[in-house]
Amino acid sequence: MSDLLLEANGVVKRYGSVVALRDASLAIRPGEIHALMGANGAGKSTLVKVLTGAVPPDGGDIVLKGERRRAHSPAEARRSGLVSVYQEPAIVPDLTVLENLALTETPVDAFRAQLEPLGIGRLDLRAMAGTLPLATLRVIDFARALAIEPDVLLLDEMTAALPADLTAGVIEAIKRFRGTDRSVIFISHRMLEVAGLCDRATVLRNGATVGVVDVTPGAADDIVSLMLGPGSDEPRAPGDPTAVTRTPMPSRVGDAPPRLAVQGVAAGRQLQDVSFDLHAGEVLGLVALEGQGQDELFEVLSGQRRPAAGELLVDGAPARFGHPADAIRAGIVLVPADRSAALLMQRPVAENVTLPRVARPSRWGPINPRRERAIVRRAIERLQIDTRAQSEVRRLSGGNQQKVTIARWLDAGVRTYLFYDPTRGIDIRTKREIYALTRELAEGGAAVLLFTSELDEIHRVCDRAIVIFGGRVVHELAAAAADEPTLLRAAHGLESRPAGSAA
Amino acid sequence: MTADAAVPRRSAFGDARSWLRDRPIVPLLILLGLLVLVLQIVQPGIVTASWASSTLRFAVPLAILAACQTLTMLTGGIDLSVAVVASMASYVMATFVGDVGWLNASLIALVPAALVGLVNGIGIGLFRVHPLIMTISMSLIVSGAVNVYQRANIAGGTRVPPEIRELGGQTLFGFLPNSLVLFVPLAILVLLGLRGSGYGRLLYAVGDNEVAARLAGVRVGWVLVVLYVLSAVLAGIAGLIYAGVIGSATPRLVDPYLLPSVAAAVVGGTSIFGGRGGYAGSILGAIILTVLTTLLSVLDAPEPVRQILFGAIILAVAAAYTRITADS
Amino acid sequence: MTADSSRLERASARGAIARLIQSDVWTVALIVIFVALYVFTVLLRENYRLDALAIASLPVAFAAVGQAIVVISGGIDLSVGSVMALTNVIAAVLLESYPELAVPIVLLVLVIGLAIGTVNGALVVLSRVPDIVVTLAMLFVWAGAALLVLGTPGGGSVDWLNDAIKGGLVVDYLPMALVLLLVIVFAIWIPLRRSRLGLSIYAIGSDQLAAFRSGVDIARTKIAAYALTGLFASLGGLSLTASTGIGTPIPGPYLLLSVAAIVLGGVSLAGGRGGLLGPIVGIYILGLIRADLTFLGVEPAFSTVVQGVIMVAVVMIGAYLTLRRRRAT
Repeated sequence: MSDLLLEANGVVKRYGSVVALRDASLAIRPGEIHALMGANGAGKSTLVKVLTGAVPPDGGDIVLKGERRRAHSPAEARRSGLVSVYQEPAIVPDLTVLENLALTETPVDAFRAQLEPLGIGRLDLRAMAGTLPLATLRVIDFARALAIEPDVLLLDEMTAALPADLTAGVIEAIKRFRGTDRSVIFISHRMLEVAGLCDRATVLRNGATVGVVDVTPGAADDIVSLMLGPGSDEPRAPGDPTAVTRTPMPSRVGDAPPRLAVQGVAAGRQLQDVSFDLHAGEVLGLVALEGQGQDELFEVLSGQRRPAAGELLVDGAPARFGHPADAIRAGIVLVPADRSAALLMQRPVAENVTLPRVARPSRWGPINPRRERAIVRRAIERLQIDTRAQSEVRRLSGGNQQKVTIARWLDAGVRTYLFYDPTRGIDIRTKREIYALTRELAEGGAAVLLFTSELDEIHRVCDRAIVIFGGRVVHELAAAAADEPTLLRAAHGLESRPAGSAA
Repeated sequence: MTADAAVPRRSAFGDARSWLRDRPIVPLLILLGLLVLVLQIVQPGIVTASWASSTLRFAVPLAILAACQTLTMLTGGIDLSVAVVASMASYVMATFVGDVGWLNASLIALVPAALVGLVNGIGIGLFRVHPLIMTISMSLIVSGAVNVYQRANIAGGTRVPPEIRELGGQTLFGFLPNSLVLFVPLAILVLLGLRGSGYGRLLYAVGDNEVAARLAGVRVGWVLVVLYVLSAVLAGIAGLIYAGVIGSATPRLVDPYLLPSVAAAVVGGTSIFGGRGGYAGSILGAIILTVLTTLLSVLDAPEPVRQILFGAIILAVAAAYTRITADS
Repeated sequence: MTADSSRLERASARGAIARLIQSDVWTVALIVIFVALYVFTVLLRENYRLDALAIASLPVAFAAVGQAIVVISGGIDLSVGSVMALTNVIAAVLLESYPELAVPIVLLVLVIGLAIGTVNGALVVLSRVPDIVVTLAMLFVWAGAALLVLGTPGGGSVDWLNDAIKGGLVVDYLPMALVLLLVIVFAIWIPLRRSRLGLSIYAIGSDQLAAFRSGVDIARTKIAAYALTGLFASLGGLSLTASTGIGTPIPGPYLLLSVAAIVLGGVSLAGGRGGLLGPIVGIYILGLIRADLTFLGVEPAFSTVVQGVIMVAVVMIGAYLTLRRRRAT
């Protein structure tokens, strides 16, 4: 019997002809919190699926508590002591919380005992799960996993987009595993969190384990260079791998009205009262924690929902959007974080690029194939989209997918871009290209509103930033002054100042 | 989920599969050839020009109804009201023909068809009712309404005019069915429209990802309203031609074609979930089903056995498609 | 902290209201509509008794219950009418030949229904073809099989089976057919609903990925749901044998009616939501409307139109309300 709790050796997984894992290995000691790191596409999620039995491996073996074993389903993995919590909670929305517990055969009392320390002590167990906020569901999923006292708890991006108070409870619960005979596998993009929480880190690159690092002060650099690989031309230090050159913001011409003026807009339960101006030629950053009203704001601005109160002025004239088509006609377009919300995954790149051009009934007629090819070629060249797999967009990488989402709006008369976390889940190189493109768009006279969950993007890309908390603008500052501590404090509702005082 | 690095690598098998996926016509042609071959073996000498002509004559109305299913299935919908609408059109035409002539009667017959499509479209596109439910309910309403109309019209009588009979039942040069004069341009219009028109693109877009289509500025509701009107008018035309093929018009004339019209589209490779497929496959699907019906009757298979085989074949072809187009 | 807990509280209050609306209020409203219609019917025909309606509705009520289960699991079964025809003729043929073996025959037919449903479900799972296509194909297969068993209407039944659904229990106002329906349905459903299988059926209809990650065996649950649908379809077939006394190999309009009833009964076609009482009340409402129209002297063709219009109106209003609710939140 080995002294390791969980061991994976030389795991191979192919999807058809695609090799997702070449040689992945992992060794978890009892009582440790072990980070699993890797850039997008490195094979993290595939390894998770193999470990939990969601997909069978094509090679290699998995040893749990000294016993060689192959799980065939998450249920089997759960019974053998390995439980996972995903970013997307495994909670059935049309069952109550209690029924969800019964479904997974979770002891109710043990579950209830977890709730108070995790900050959801007032949860109604008979509530229909689908009516609870997403963050709560994720914590419920986590509490349920704790309640069955697993040997290995696998957390996939558990803290991503979780409000600060709930994150604290989760982190505390994870820390309690340290020094016991049970372990946590912690997957996160957030280097700071990993550095503060984990004991060791396994790094994957291109489907293979490339290193195991003891997490000590300064280990972050090693992890980043392992993730990037030796062939990378990126600078080694994690400090500034994505810098873009920026020309100073062009001075505003006279007193032209702002491209988009948002005045006292409210919508839904989160968005209370938001006002700001967005000018031509600038990139305005927007910072907010999960669920502060930014989703509703972007839905209102892009014509997906009507505001409950307030007004939008486009170039000084009042505008009412009843449908995204109205916003597009006013030159305002949305690029969402979730590519699957913007793309026709089974259709070719060309059809995705030209989709907005055929939306209007006046364009329902014949398409000129030569003109179409020219438009598509221009867009592909301008954004350097990798088109080796262009017959179906879903075969493209996340970064290339996001480029297609942006490409469709170039040369389409768009003057205002709403970017909602456009670099989420995208590799570092494409991120840099998107930053450069964003600047280029602004310098070409477009106005860009950029919501981002990565605070360093504010000083990389933006000219100005506003912070929204509790559905209101609580802070406005120049990008030069937008260091991460300032933004974070404001995003948590500390040091609030009346909106617009810094303009 | 899949790795960035993994995109370009594809094996020869994967290539063959994706080639097949983009060209479902090839295996369908092979299947059709095999069926004709079996038919010829079972009953030597049956495969002649006049046989082909009669097969096409029966396949044309089915192929038009399959167009309705193809177009609606591309958006993730389905139109189960096509059979009653087709029957209604043929019956209405047959009651009006004595007073206004065959051409006007045919045009008049398409008006209630278009209206039914409009109601379907408003329910599905604007009220977001599930297409299955909406078109099933409309079938109930339409078949009831046609019965009421029939009671009111007992004195008037019906007549399928010679022009319509000629269109549906007669041939050119002895073997080219006249209905092709109407069908070929119609089919070309649908085929070209799906590939090379803005509206065709939108049908695929809506079926692939409705949310994305909306975000790109597509007013999905209106696309669907137009679609179901189009589908109902096509169904009406199919009904008129079928009345010509059979030589009579009754309120339930086209009913037996409902499920085969869905089957033809499914066999032709259109996904019932939307976003994938095309009309060329559905035309072949309609011909294949018609040949299959002949084959089963030549084999002297009793009606129950025919039904069972019919079902089994639909399932087998659909399963084969799923294998070919699945990604794994 | 405070922000989140107050959000939670509001959410749970909203949850309670949503629960009420989703499950109970609609069913209660349906029952109220039913009672109102019944009173109206009695005003039209003083001697109108519920048992004729109950007997006529029994087969289609079983079909609707079966359809509801498979729709809750996220599927649909277009072959339900054919399965009813097949089990109907099997029962009629066997009962005519061996009337003394009536009890084993009834049990055998139920097992056959379960087996047919299992085949449907297994084909859906194994072929990976969409439910609607598989059951469309099986609609032909089972209808053909019914014709093989019995070419033309015929066969027979036994007296106790025919009598079992006739008359009233204790009083005339409580028709035997209704009591039988409710007892059978809820004897099966109530224990099932709370069991892991029942939860799993709702779970795979509601969110398949979450269900899978919760340890639900998707394939087995799906097959079980279709098997249950087959069982209820065979109960429908048996009640056809009992109410008509013969076997008829041509499927009746039970597919359309069963779908109409579950939509009216508040079962979401998207899966995961709804119960079985709503569809049953839905069937009775549709039946009463047809009876009323007949009493009012409306011709049968027109009452089909009215039925269709009611269905369209109900689904349009339902869809409109869902749209508004989605916009409001």
